[in-house]
Amino acid sequence: MDALEQQFQDTVDGDGRIEPRDWMPEGYRATLIRQIAQHAHSEIIGMQPEGNWITRAPSLRRKAILVAKVQDEAGHGLYLYGAAETLGADRDELLDLLHAGKQKYSTIFNYPTVSWADVAAIGWLVDGAAIMNQVPLTRCSYGPYARAMIRVCKEESFHQRQGFEALTVLANGSPAQRRMAQDALNRWWWPSLMMFGPSDDNSPNSARSMAWGIKRFSNDELRQRFVDATVPQAEWLGLTVPDPDLRYDEETGHYVFGEIDWTEFFEVMKGNGPCNRQRLATRVAAHEEGAWVREAAAAYAAKHSAREVAA
Amino acid sequence: MSTSQPPKTSSGSPLWEVFVRSKRGLSHTHAGSLHAPDAHMALRNARDLFTRRQEGVSIWVVRATDVVASSPDEKDPFFDPAGDKVYRHPTFYDVPDEVQHI
Ligand SMILES: [Fe+2]
Ligand SMILES: [Fe+2]
Repeated sequence: MDALEQQFQDTVDGDGRIEPRDWMPEGYRATLIRQIAQHAHSEIIGMQPEGNWITRAPSLRRKAILVAKVQDEAGHGLYLYGAAETLGADRDELLDLLHAGKQKYSTIFNYPTVSWADVAAIGWLVDGAAIMNQVPLTRCSYGPYARAMIRVCKEESFHQRQGFEALTVLANGSPAQRRMAQDALNRWWWPSLMMFGPSDDNSPNSARSMAWGIKRFSNDELRQRFVDATVPQAEWLGLTVPDPDLRYDEETGHYVFGEIDWTEFFEVMKGNGPCNRQRLATRVAAHEEGAWVREAAAAYAAKHSAREVAA
Repeated sequence: MSTSQPPKTSSGSPLWEVFVRSKRGLSHTHAGSLHAPDAHMALRNARDLFTRRQEGVSIWVVRATDVVASSPDEKDPFFDPAGDKVYRHPTFYDVPDEVQHI
């Protein structure tokens, strides 16, 4: 290990932060760019399943909340693309990679939102799982990523609570509303558990990310925390978690849960989930149909700077 | 000395660094960066991106290429002149316990 690398590792081991212009191993840079880009893509693709319900929200109050939440997710994407750019990545290139299917986003956003209860379940479960993943990242060794995560985490709590509140209303509503709530939990539970990524024995790069201070807890540790936090909430709602093997272990103080269907996870990852093609097509169309706005803004800016020079 | 960022454009839009004053009496603090075609749009985008919950009462935007920064090394000789001047701190001086208000 040469002096630069030693200095880098000492900073990381001492819980210090690496800043954009510091020396860093190329693998660290590449890993971060990939992870932050994937995270940014998840935020902006994640606008789609919920955006689907903005025009059909059940009240003006719910609609205003949903618009604010979806707008936050756009903001999260922008914070993250900004963090990736401090590592030398180019935003246009990252978007091109997303559009070409060469960079991934979270598998969870490839499931459809077929009822209003799905919007509620997403806030509660998907944002809840995102919080579990993101809170440790506020202490990530890369400064700009950690700072972006602090901002994101401050906003996520509202996302989870609004979902839980909306689901509480349904769970205490008419029999039809209760069925909607239960149905949403049935469909979103397992995909939410998959959000933490493959199990530890199938997660080859985890050890390196831990040594670099990018990752603080393993996928399985975070998944367990999520289950422990969420199952009592489901019970409070009077809903049933769709896992016949789920039980509380008095000795460990943790919930034991059933086997995750990893075949489904890897299939969705490969592009074969219910909505993969639709999500990407919608994203590409939004980008292409917005081209004239970017061109007009650039033309306007050029015209004005030319006038300033002339004046 | 060098500029802090390589010049970057996204879809022809330059990168801007954003500084937000959270309330009167406090300094502007770096909040992050964004792309915008001109200063006017950069300010509007910064408002939408960094002050959606009244986090600020004033915003500065600066073209990233206009920021000039010192080298990133914490042990840089650039900061050496301050290293051996402990007498600039009040703790350098002995004041007897019985002397008050100093
Ligand atoms: Fe988010
Ligand atoms: Fe969120």
